[in-house]
Amino acid sequence: MRQYLEGSHAVAEIVRLCKAQVISAYPITPQTHIVESLAQMVADGELNAEFINVESEHSAASVVQGASATGVRTYTATTSQGLLYMIEVLYSIAGLRLPVVLTCANRAVSSPINIWNDHQDSVTVRDAGWLQFYAENNQEACDLHLMAYRLAEDHNIMLPVMVCMDGYILTHAYEAVDLPEQSQVDKFLPEFNPIHCLNPDDPISMGVLMGPESYTETRYAIHQTMMDALNVIPGISDEFERVFGRKVNCLIEKYRLEDATQVFVAMGSMVGTIKEMVDGLREDGQKVGLLKVIAHRPFPKKIVYEALKNAREIAVLEKAISLGEEGPLLSDVKSAFCGYGNQPKISGFVLGLGGRDITKKSIFEVYCALAGSQIDVKFIDLKI
Amino acid sequence: MKEIRIHARAGQGAITTAALLGTAAFIGGKYALAFPHFGAERMGAPMNAFVRLSDQVIRLRSQVYEPDYLIVLDPSLMRGFDVFEGFRPGGIAIINHHEKVQCPKPIQNIKVFTVPGNDIATEVLGRPIGNTTILGAFAAATGEFGLEPLQQAILERFSGEVAKKNAEAARRGYECITKGF
Repeated sequence: MRQYLEGSHAVAEIVRLCKAQVISAYPITPQTHIVESLAQMVADGELNAEFINVESEHSAASVVQGASATGVRTYTATTSQGLLYMIEVLYSIAGLRLPVVLTCANRAVSSPINIWNDHQDSVTVRDAGWLQFYAENNQEACDLHLMAYRLAEDHNIMLPVMVCMDGYILTHAYEAVDLPEQSQVDKFLPEFNPIHCLNPDDPISMGVLMGPESYTETRYAIHQTMMDALNVIPGISDEFERVFGRKVNCLIEKYRLEDATQVFVAMGSMVGTIKEMVDGLREDGQKVGLLKVIAHRPFPKKIVYEALKNAREIAVLEKAISLGEEGPLLSDVKSAFCGYGNQPKISGFVLGLGGRDITKKSIFEVYCALAGSQIDVKFIDLKI
Repeated sequence: MKEIRIHARAGQGAITTAALLGTAAFIGGKYALAFPHFGAERMGAPMNAFVRLSDQVIRLRSQVYEPDYLIVLDPSLMRGFDVFEGFRPGGIAIINHHEKVQCPKPIQNIKVFTVPGNDIATEVLGRPIGNTTILGAFAAATGEFGLEPLQQAILERFSGEVAKKNAEAARRGYECITKGF
């Protein structure tokens, strides 16, 4: 049913419909209304889950790790410093192959202190072994959470999933979302059926010491699974469409790319603003298009290459930078072209850091810079 | 598409006002995107909330710089600050009246409605929180949605007596425009 909700509340409703059994969170800044809503639902008896307030994000991640290891469905949410504080446990969760789902309400990182949106937090943990998806709007954020649980718990995957949604821009925005019925969710997402779990009646050890003779294989296995996920995702997306009656893109979305020679590439909520710009430029007869990257990890390299191979000028726009190098998404897009002849010009643009507003004018500035020579890093809307 | 900028101070319910406005438009069959812009998180600091209304899906996520409609919840913000910045020609402004604050001279080609939101709220709710009254006036002045969807949005948001009284405050605000003060 279509409802008019705040993004955070909408995601909380989805987590309720997914019947998360253990939810743990650090309830103080940086945090969102998502866990506040979930705590309320648990207190009101609308969600049969254990909600565990903890003293830090490190503990929140540890609680969902432990709970997931016992074979229950888990959830946590955080952002910014909170996500950074979770890092060592995030790696551990992936190494243990636990299907934890986490929402990252993307925000900048300190110093200086800044509570506003960008992607520096989640991009920092892109190598931790979590599947990572970025939402353009609140409907997509909801749908990606449904996909997240389904993919995480798929026996061919068994990896944690992080759904990234832009802090404030999406988490605090009210817009209409179509929330599914419980029966639909139950059909799409069967009960969690762990392959191994901690059980006192049948004890096993998890997270044991693995020396040089076997550690490499654990990383090989996660990497292989990530690559396999690229093939698993389309089938599950089709199933999503059959059950919920609408499409969900989980890897990429192509927007007016057919004959486009100049293409924007971006993730997250700025994609909406870029779509407006693309339409405007198309009206002026410019052959521009947009590639929305949803899956940052696994990175759908071949699909990205196929989508972009006819472009002459590519602009990668991102709310993050690998300081001392270039934007991380730019490196990924460039690597997709590596080894192929006839490379397009691929330029990188950094914008929207620490909540700086991304306007149509910002996108136009990117568009104007495209005609020049290839640029590795250009800061847009820079005040110097 | 119509764009709305709400001026208030943190703690005065600008986000609730934006959300109610969006909900009323949604109930009335429009697409609506309502979102706040936080400054430093402290009570009393000037802040904005924004709403976009359209007959089509709204994709634009930037803040509102050239509003079609303005809502000023706290008139003291008009002291030394130009709330009309970027205001589009033909625009409509709803300003919560305060006797000690002079309304700036409106630029040509815009309509300014000064509504005694806090006075009406004090009378109806017992507290000087004029947001729902101002929204009633907004509905009447702009015609973006009727009084009924607004009251429905209020009844969904609040409960019990508070809901009923705020729905009444909205009606009073609406009638400020349709019938005069």
